[in-house]
Amino acid sequence: MSKTYYSDEHEWIAVDGDKATIGITSYAQEQLGDVVFVELPEVGKALSKGDEAAVVESVKAASEVYAAVSGEVTEVNGAVEEEPGKVNEDPEKEGWFFKLKLSDTSELDELMDEAAYKKFIEGLD
Amino acid sequence: MTDTKEDLARTPLHALHVELGGRMVPFAGYDMPVQYPDGIMTEHLHCRSAAGLFDVSHMGQVRVTGKDVRRAVETLLPADLVNSEEGRMHYSFLLNDKGGILDDLMATPFADHVFMVLNAACKQSDIAHLKTGLPVGCEVVEEGDKALLALQGPEAAAVLSELAPEVATMSFMTMRDLDIAGVPCRISRSGYTGEDGYEISLPGDQAEAFARKLLADDRVKPIGLGARDSLRLEAGLCLYGHDIDETTTPIEAALTWAIAKSRRAEGGFPGDSIILKQIAEKTPRRRVGLIGEGRAPVREGAELVNEAGEVVGTVTSGSYGPSAEAPVAMGYLPRALSEPGTEIKAVVRGRERPMKVAKMPFVERRYYRG
Repeated sequence: MSKTYYSDEHEWIAVDGDKATIGITSYAQEQLGDVVFVELPEVGKALSKGDEAAVVESVKAASEVYAAVSGEVTEVNGAVEEEPGKVNEDPEKEGWFFKLKLSDTSELDELMDEAAYKKFIEGLD
Repeated sequence: MTDTKEDLARTPLHALHVELGGRMVPFAGYDMPVQYPDGIMTEHLHCRSAAGLFDVSHMGQVRVTGKDVRRAVETLLPADLVNSEEGRMHYSFLLNDKGGILDDLMATPFADHVFMVLNAACKQSDIAHLKTGLPVGCEVVEEGDKALLALQGPEAAAVLSELAPEVATMSFMTMRDLDIAGVPCRISRSGYTGEDGYEISLPGDQAEAFARKLLADDRVKPIGLGARDSLRLEAGLCLYGHDIDETTTPIEAALTWAIAKSRRAEGGFPGDSIILKQIAEKTPRRRVGLIGEGRAPVREGAELVNEAGEVVGTVTSGSYGPSAEAPVAMGYLPRALSEPGTEIKAVVRGRERPMKVAKMPFVERRYYRG
């Protein structure tokens, strides 16, 4: 069974054992506006928590996506490179960015669950 | 911008922007809509296919009066106002003594005054510059009670001529005073999107009702600052403070066409000796258009490097062009590298991305020439 965590940088991290799938939240894509380009990390790259992992660009601005957890990149979503609009249309499923093999699952304890994240974004408006 | 919400000025359309779901941001001291719920991409494409309504009331609207006012204004800018028809608009600049651009503006001579539209961020310094620089007896008055709307796009003429049939045959770059639906308007066939369209100056207290009348037409959608910027970039038009500023001359900026023929012969404007010399000898660097491959936007500040990897220029504005369907940008390059077709690389986050010098505009302009 997978469980989804959220970071205060508006990433979601769906975790199954030591495998994680990472993308940006619906709230984040709404704030960014129309996504026109996504730059993803290379497969095999080791990311430490806080490293710049990806870049998402809207018409207006570029935003970095930081690794909310440490691990090695095992797969990237080529479909969002081809069709960046997927990030707006389906950010928390089809619009995922990359997968990691987690190196320290205890880092997950510092992230929010869905209820806490909901509360967090309500506080931002 | 460090303005807090409370410090920000509001245009007469502020309440309407909020009602329409505009995402409000600080811009040149004003609280302005960057986009509406449809988003920048949809707004941009709508303006190119139908009509977009823009609130540009933050811009300065200035009336200069006085004895021989056209000649007086010519001492500060390089347009030919003296020989101009009334209501003929001139894209021009306020210049410093080095020929650097203090602001770009629209100047339109009328019987007893010259009307100017100035950039929002520059308007106070422009007015001070005009007051100091113009001969004694000239008066400079900001029409602070006026709003300014822009209606832009291929359907703009059809929409507006339903309210005022006279506007259909106005030529590009002309301005006239006209009552539209009972509102005293100063209307011009102009804009900053590359599309056919109008700018309408009108009393601020009647602006909201007027805007609602235009928005009631299905062909018209409100457009925010985000799409305004991507539209003007695709049209190859300069943004003050980015593509041009006090350190660039009109000649370096490839705006030589805006130095009137008669003024090239006579001079008589600030920086004239430098500008006339640059026209004769050409400048070492020049503003160019750049078009990239793929989708990655190349933005302001990106370095431009040659084959040998040496930095030879900088991007001054850039984005993904929704109509061009490619990364589009403007920047400065050495003259030897400024010919269309020249290959260059832009450095984006440490990675070199191939670009080509391209003719501007990046999309076809559709001005109404009559």
